[in-house]
Amino acid sequence: MGSPMKIRAAIKDGRTEVKVLISHPMETGLRKDSEGKAVPAHYITEVVARHNERVVLSAIWGPAVSQNPFVQFQFAGGAPGDTVSVAWKDNQGDTRSDQLTLA
Amino acid sequence: MKSDFDLSAWPPPSLFSRRHFLRLGARLAGALALLPWVPGAAWAAALEAVFKERTVADVLKGLGDDIQSSDQITIVTPEIAENGAVVPVTVKSALPSTTEIYLVVEKNPNPLAAAFIIPDQTEPSISARVKVAQSSNLIAVVKADGKLYSATRETKVTLGGCGG
Amino acid sequence: MNTIPRVVLRLASVLILASTPALTFAAEENLFDEYRQMMADDNPAQLAEMQGEEYWKTAGGPKKQTLQGCDLGLGPGKTQGAYAVLPRFFADAGRVMDLETRLIWCMTTIQGRDPAELSGKAFSKQGQPTTDLEGLTTWIAGQSRDRVLAVPVDQPQVRAAFEEGKRLFFYRAGPYDFSCASCHSQSGKRIRLTSLPNLTTHDGAVSAYTTWPTYRVSQGAARTMQWRMVDCARQQRLPELIVGSPVTVSLLTYLAASANGGKMAAPGLKR
Repeated sequence: MGSPMKIRAAIKDGRTEVKVLISHPMETGLRKDSEGKAVPAHYITEVVARHNERVVLSAIWGPAVSQNPFVQFQFAGGAPGDTVSVAWKDNQGDTRSDQLTLA
Repeated sequence: MKSDFDLSAWPPPSLFSRRHFLRLGARLAGALALLPWVPGAAWAAALEAVFKERTVADVLKGLGDDIQSSDQITIVTPEIAENGAVVPVTVKSALPSTTEIYLVVEKNPNPLAAAFIIPDQTEPSISARVKVAQSSNLIAVVKADGKLYSATRETKVTLGGCGG
Repeated sequence: MNTIPRVVLRLASVLILASTPALTFAAEENLFDEYRQMMADDNPAQLAEMQGEEYWKTAGGPKKQTLQGCDLGLGPGKTQGAYAVLPRFFADAGRVMDLETRLIWCMTTIQGRDPAELSGKAFSKQGQPTTDLEGLTTWIAGQSRDRVLAVPVDQPQVRAAFEEGKRLFFYRAGPYDFSCASCHSQSGKRIRLTSLPNLTTHDGAVSAYTTWPTYRVSQGAARTMQWRMVDCARQQRLPELIVGSPVTVSLLTYLAASANGGKMAAPGLKR
């Protein structure tokens, strides 16, 4: 479900820097469409990033996170062949998980 | 690919300060009774109430009673954002044992924008992008060693014209 | 004796008021550069690029074909550098085409898709997913990043389209008696806080053309040059332009060739 995320990760000085772009409308529920009807709220509520099985970032978001959200962080460790995965869940019950293998 | 959404590793043990949990928990005592006893889910549910608060004062109260301002927290945002729909922000904490970072936008309809849990191995520095409804203070609240600290930075936003 | 200083003071305050907007404007332009640069490396247009690359390589349409047999001017399947030498004349189609017009042609002839639908629903609405055409265009334009624009104006058909595009650029029409040139032929102009490039100068044409397709923050979407043409016509209250029509291709040929020698920097990011 949802469109693929763009996850980039680079190992640098014993740390791994992760950048994630997520395709999501992040509708606040306050916007009206061209016919004047309110567009229902539709936004990501939870995000979890893992290095292999270990959680390296968790987040709870509200609708004030921008459309097509971006998040960047760094964790200690990370070696070529390890995986970095990111999963999200939104207020309409949609979820998506993508992962990459560290180079 | 993982299909589950596992919050069981969330939050880290340092968050189980009894006082913190009780404060948040009490707000949703009724709702919590209906939830299974999953620590992460309970924490997320408690925070959900704070996301619905409409003033900064209520958001801060929801996060904890005693918040000290700290120069150990750095907020980076553009001097002026061309479009308030997307305002890049980086919050960096130099406080030891930072475990949580919150982004609060003073004049948004619901000021709490995002909450991040920082595990042990993760740098206490997060970049994200938030909506800023009008020029206003951006407040970063950081939990470090069980205590809450904050820093504030003003963010100006404009709306563009119809060209491009 | 008292009145003179007062007059001087008033004059001084009038002068200060008059000069403030200009100073503020210059400062704001620089500050917007900072804002855009903060997001340049992590431009959400990358999501559209990912989608476009996926579409290019995946069999689709009634004929279940990939677009890897599509010739964008440098040979079938070649995307690297293709955008920097478009628009150009395509003998198989018998006309000059920009990237988007060519992609519609390929999706029609190779994949069997409906050209009217591709043209009519070329752009995503707010909050809706990126269209195939937007994804493809953003990805392929990105494959020419840092390339020097070299629209083949030595092709007689391209030269003719350039001349036609230039005529259209200055052609005044519609209820407001507007032309493209009404907004884009003077330097230092802006609409509210947005700078209007002077497209009749080389620098202006380069700064505008090389940064499209672009992620449009206000719409949360990757927007293309065909979208830009259609939306400029809408703002001029002209009849609706058809995506891929000769009018759009001629205008794009004029704009692209005017920017020849500039370095591609798409996808960009704009307000």
